[in-house]
Amino acid sequence: MPAVQETVERVRAIDVDQYKYGFVTDIESEKAPKGLSEDTVRYISARKNEPEWMLEWRLDAYRRWLTMEEPTWARVSYPKIDFQDYYYYSAPKAAPKSIDEIDPEILKTYEKLGIPLRERDALLGIQREGGSKVAVDAVFDSVSVATTFKEELAKAGVIFMPISEAIREHPELVKKYLGSVVPVSDNFYATLNSAVFSDGSFVYVPKGVRCPMELSTYFRINERNTGQFERTLIIADEGAYVSYLEGCTAPQRDENQLHAAVVELVAMKDAEIKYSTVQNWYPGDKDGKGGIYNFVTKRGDCRGDNSKISWTQVETGSAITWKYPSCILRGDNSQGEFYSIAISNGHQQVDSGTKMIHLGKNTSSRIISKGIAAGHSDNTYRGLVSAHRKATGARNFTNCDSLLIGDLCGAHTVPYMEAKNASAQFEHEATTSKISEDQLFYCLQRGLSQEEAVALIVNGFVRDVLQQLPMEFAVEAQKLIAVSLEGSVG
Amino acid sequence: MLEIRNLHARIGENEILKGLDLTIPDGEVHAIMGPNGSGKSTLSYVLSGKPDYEVTDGSVSFDGADLLALDADARAAAGVFLAFQYPIEIPGVANMTFLRAAMNAQRKARGEEEISTPDFLKLVRAKAPDLGISQDMLRRGVNVGFSGGEKKRNEILQMALLEPKLCILDETDSGLDIDALKVVAHGVNALRSPKRSMLVITHYQRLLDHIVPDVVHVMHKGRIVRSGGKELALELEESGYAAYAQDAA
Repeated sequence: MPAVQETVERVRAIDVDQYKYGFVTDIESEKAPKGLSEDTVRYISARKNEPEWMLEWRLDAYRRWLTMEEPTWARVSYPKIDFQDYYYYSAPKAAPKSIDEIDPEILKTYEKLGIPLRERDALLGIQREGGSKVAVDAVFDSVSVATTFKEELAKAGVIFMPISEAIREHPELVKKYLGSVVPVSDNFYATLNSAVFSDGSFVYVPKGVRCPMELSTYFRINERNTGQFERTLIIADEGAYVSYLEGCTAPQRDENQLHAAVVELVAMKDAEIKYSTVQNWYPGDKDGKGGIYNFVTKRGDCRGDNSKISWTQVETGSAITWKYPSCILRGDNSQGEFYSIAISNGHQQVDSGTKMIHLGKNTSSRIISKGIAAGHSDNTYRGLVSAHRKATGARNFTNCDSLLIGDLCGAHTVPYMEAKNASAQFEHEATTSKISEDQLFYCLQRGLSQEEAVALIVNGFVRDVLQQLPMEFAVEAQKLIAVSLEGSVG
Repeated sequence: MLEIRNLHARIGENEILKGLDLTIPDGEVHAIMGPNGSGKSTLSYVLSGKPDYEVTDGSVSFDGADLLALDADARAAAGVFLAFQYPIEIPGVANMTFLRAAMNAQRKARGEEEISTPDFLKLVRAKAPDLGISQDMLRRGVNVGFSGGEKKRNEILQMALLEPKLCILDETDSGLDIDALKVVAHGVNALRSPKRSMLVITHYQRLLDHIVPDVVHVMHKGRIVRSGGKELALELEESGYAAYAQDAA
């Protein structure tokens, strides 16, 4: 598999420093004035050439946001965010019309990240045996600069484009589904996102279509003090299938950066959506300075019978993570899955988990969460499993394992369960363990270095989840785990 | 091969090795016997570089190099192997993965090429059956769910693959029934070579019926108090350690 090998080599080549992606691309960019007001919202909407209804939608969100309070229930602490101190829109100047117009600096940045932006490169770089391909919709700061494989997807009837384009080209779909899973007023950050979201991906897979390739988006935050507010909407119509990969890296910087994304998934009858994330945003330096604040609302709606939504995430970055990819199991026999690896090192704080809301009959959900805490970090799993009173035969299996490295970190498990239907069966298993000195010594005695030993033991600990990732991502994730735990022992 | 001079070591405030001298020439198998608490296991940990054990005096020369100056992983790469009395479990890490990682780490440390997958598989297939190690044991997590005997056989498999210069076997016979003991001893004997030395730590003469040593040492209170030929083990079996304890005192 030379192509896969090449991708792997590229990923390896990037893995040089502790935080490998800490470079800033020097390009001119265009920003909205600092701060947030109705004018900012209008500015963003105008920049995107949005129709009137979209502007109204945003303004409505903005007005609701003004009445809301920042949530404080998560087990994270950070200085109060001054929402007027951020830029809410930033785009490279002169939006490119074709791939040849793209600023070479941007192309270079993607090259460093190993993203084959040019379609030709993508074909050479990621085409796998058997001819399956990965389509990349690359988000550079706030604007999608290029979309690849568009034509091939179009042939299958799959719509995959920046959401800003979808708003103009497929308003009927966007109107129908946007905010239907995460309502405008869902929570403080989701509402903020609804007001100021800049771009993101839109995917629609029509009835009975199996998306011919895995879809992938890379997000980067590049501009100083730029809040990044992606909005992703994925719809799998009846009997459709789609697998979507999201990978994130960001340049290193001192100021905290605000990030509040919203991802909505809709699975109709017999449809299946797999959503995988490898998140590697700047976690802050070794003293806890800088780093991304990541407040994300991800939710999937199993709207039709026999539908299935599966979340897999590998979280290694960000100073603060506040993220609960959830499933609403509305259709009868629908299934929700959540596989998570959350690693915290240094001074990172992670409060992450999932919600499985069982509404339909015979719905089932499965949660496998692996939290790894090292350094001075805090790692909390927070999960809700609930069964509505009509959810006869609801079943859930939850397994939460925590691994501690060193004795200055903390791991916490906060499971909530609500069963309003007597036939619901919920199982919860949780363990907390430490990498023991004996395990380390055993590995060292066999010749492994301290860091190789930790990586090996941790990879063993997270194996169940890694197996859920698409292959290229699994390789990348495994590397990432090793890199993010560097210096965690001794 | 190995020269230990006046070795003193402690854990915390507790001095356990108190001036130990021991020389093992190339190709020889030496047994160390002695009562509980005499410092046998401590010796194996100090030689393999376990943290928490502090050497306060003395020297250990291994193939002419200062062994004590090396970290545990560097000692392994230099050819020191410890077969653990209680092999450690590592859940989720397939035994094969572990074996290969160890092998490649040592190769890397010595500036050699990593072993290729086919070569590695060939090697494992050649060595595992003699030790009664099944495919299933190779796929399972390291030592996870292994019986006592399986764990010990797995240690010997690692030893066979890593081809160390100095094998330290810490009570490898403990917890083994006679059949398992024979399999393990057979595996160890197959590794005897003029270029490989062994230090076999045991309580009982039984193991030494199967792994016949060149020299037997009696250890007591952190020192070697008597050395002799293999017949010394038989004598100990008859009379116990009490007499030597008194002699030493």
